[in-house]
Amino acid sequence: MDIGFWVFQTLNALQLSMLLFLLSVGLTVIFGLMHFVNLAHGALYAFGAYVAATVAGGLGYWPGFLLAPVLVAAIGLLLYAGLIRRMRKSGPMAQVLVTFGLIFALLDLTRIIWGDLAFGMELPAVLSGRVTIGSVEYPTYRLFIIALGAGVFGALALILGRTQIGAMIRAGVDNDAMASCLGINVERLFFVVFCIGCALAGLAGAIAAPILSVTPDMGLQILIPTLIVVVIGGLGSLKGAITGSLIYGFVQTFGAVLVPNLASVLIYALLAVVLVMRPAGLFPAKG
Amino acid sequence: MKTLLSAGAAALATTSLVHPAAAEDITVGLLLPYSGVYAALGQDIEAGFRLGLEQFGGETDATFEIVAEDTEVKPPVGLAKARKLVLQDKVDVIAGIVSSGVLGAVSDFVDSAKVPLIVANAGNDEATGANCSPYIVRMSFSNGQVNRPMGKWMREQGINTVFTMAPDYAAGQQMIAGFVEGFQSAGGEIVGQEFTPFQKTQDFGPYLAKAKASGADAVYVFYAGGEAISFVKQYDSFGLKSGLPLYGAGFLTSPLYVEAEGPAAEGVIAALHYVPTIDNEANAAFVATFEAKTGRTPSEYAAHGYDAAHALVLATAAGATDRESIAAALPKVSFSGPRGATAIDPATNNIVQPIYVYETVAGTDGLTQKVLAELPAEADPANGCDLAAASN
Repeated sequence: MDIGFWVFQTLNALQLSMLLFLLSVGLTVIFGLMHFVNLAHGALYAFGAYVAATVAGGLGYWPGFLLAPVLVAAIGLLLYAGLIRRMRKSGPMAQVLVTFGLIFALLDLTRIIWGDLAFGMELPAVLSGRVTIGSVEYPTYRLFIIALGAGVFGALALILGRTQIGAMIRAGVDNDAMASCLGINVERLFFVVFCIGCALAGLAGAIAAPILSVTPDMGLQILIPTLIVVVIGGLGSLKGAITGSLIYGFVQTFGAVLVPNLASVLIYALLAVVLVMRPAGLFPAKG
Repeated sequence: MKTLLSAGAAALATTSLVHPAAAEDITVGLLLPYSGVYAALGQDIEAGFRLGLEQFGGETDATFEIVAEDTEVKPPVGLAKARKLVLQDKVDVIAGIVSSGVLGAVSDFVDSAKVPLIVANAGNDEATGANCSPYIVRMSFSNGQVNRPMGKWMREQGINTVFTMAPDYAAGQQMIAGFVEGFQSAGGEIVGQEFTPFQKTQDFGPYLAKAKASGADAVYVFYAGGEAISFVKQYDSFGLKSGLPLYGAGFLTSPLYVEAEGPAAEGVIAALHYVPTIDNEANAAFVATFEAKTGRTPSEYAAHGYDAAHALVLATAAGATDRESIAAALPKVSFSGPRGATAIDPATNNIVQPIYVYETVAGTDGLTQKVLAELPAEADPANGCDLAAASN
């Protein structure tokens, strides 16, 4: 096991982290901003993957890559207008039940539209090769995922930290009643954040589609890791989402390499430890 | 419709108020997943089964009526549906079952209810080993059977060391155990093994790096369905295929989903009991009629359904009319079908069939399977099954 092996595995861990980051950041900010639990987030990711694979089948990779977030955001808009706005005041239990039910409704919807057979998605030529880094050959596409995740993180950090809308979101997460008193339309803010979160879930689906198989239950499979990231990182914060994703990615990857027998339980053990030591997660938005 | 007509004709002929016993009217319960992860398999098996009854129905006087039930790939649901088929629909025979978990749940029930069950997929070795039953006949494959001869064949191709990978559950372990047994007894060496968390592994990157670092001559894996697609694509994207050839149990590049794997599947060499390109007359007829009916190439799952129907037709042609006689006749069935010469081993009630080594290659319209070798049929070891002793 030379140094190349460890570089390789570190890149693997980073790639998994970035995929999870794209999913968890939307979920955690929706959580933090409006105390709204959207379990159907994973289903939106699956939708994104199907849209990307279908569009890519006809028009090529890039149209699929660009259309998936837009269409999934549109689905988010429909969900918001039809269901989520009404559920805003009904308490976490009802919200969990409704969005949990939504998972299965959306799952069967994907089965009705796209059938049970798994889909694949081909990469564009520019991303399908491998890049040599030192002694390591690494797939270009995976580096693209890492770069994309880092880019989205940078953009979100900039928006949340340096712009007026970012300040409004942070104020809303911190104390929504007070933010409302100061004249911020928190409900509209929530709507915008919700749509962006959905778009990011769609984007995650689109970038996952070429390396994974696109199946109806992919949303269910990714939901648990995403929730673990959110819980470890702490609700509502960008810093929590990126930290949680990195922890998950590295524990999962190096767990599989070093202690394969424990790979599937390691992350749950870590989750338990975090919950005991820091019940609110590592970097919750509210102190 | 045919059934209704014949039942109607029978009723008219007897003009009796008593429901006609119609000895040759066989009710078949199809127990398959129509929802859940294996729904596509269920559909293929049913299409094959119905086609089989249509093709061979003329060889028997019996008529068949099908009652289909959805197992949802959940063992408790499968058991409840098996009870419903037996107690309410009073079926004469059950066919189907994709998941070994569901098979484990229903096998005790069909055994004690004395209802014959034709397994049309589930490959758990135990079902025709320690847990075998005179009422359970398998027309699909067993996990060890598909992989054992491949170990010997790969050794003959000059491969000395192999790294194996499979999902961490019963089928994965049995498939790999079968291969390892064949490979080691032919003098090969296993230099590393990984069992990945079943249905929880989406990224095989960490494991693939270990396979590469192991220095093996080749990698041998079992993956199926969505995991197979992810695995094959990731194996190719890491550039391993050229230096470290990929071999496996044939489900890895099943015609059912090989198109989703795309060019990444080219060059993968795998062993399976059926591929659509097997060169024999029965298979040519099967492929042609299946394609005409469904518009797609038959998978091994369709072949299971087709052969299960064929076996049932032959059992009734041999005079079987009810549960007991069908159960007694099924193990004696043998025929030459799409998979070549197939028979049932009376010692275990498992199918005996040749295994085909095939390579996935680019054809004129999409990927196709090039058969490299036909490995002779071998009966599974009894593995604790005492059917032979019981019948003596």
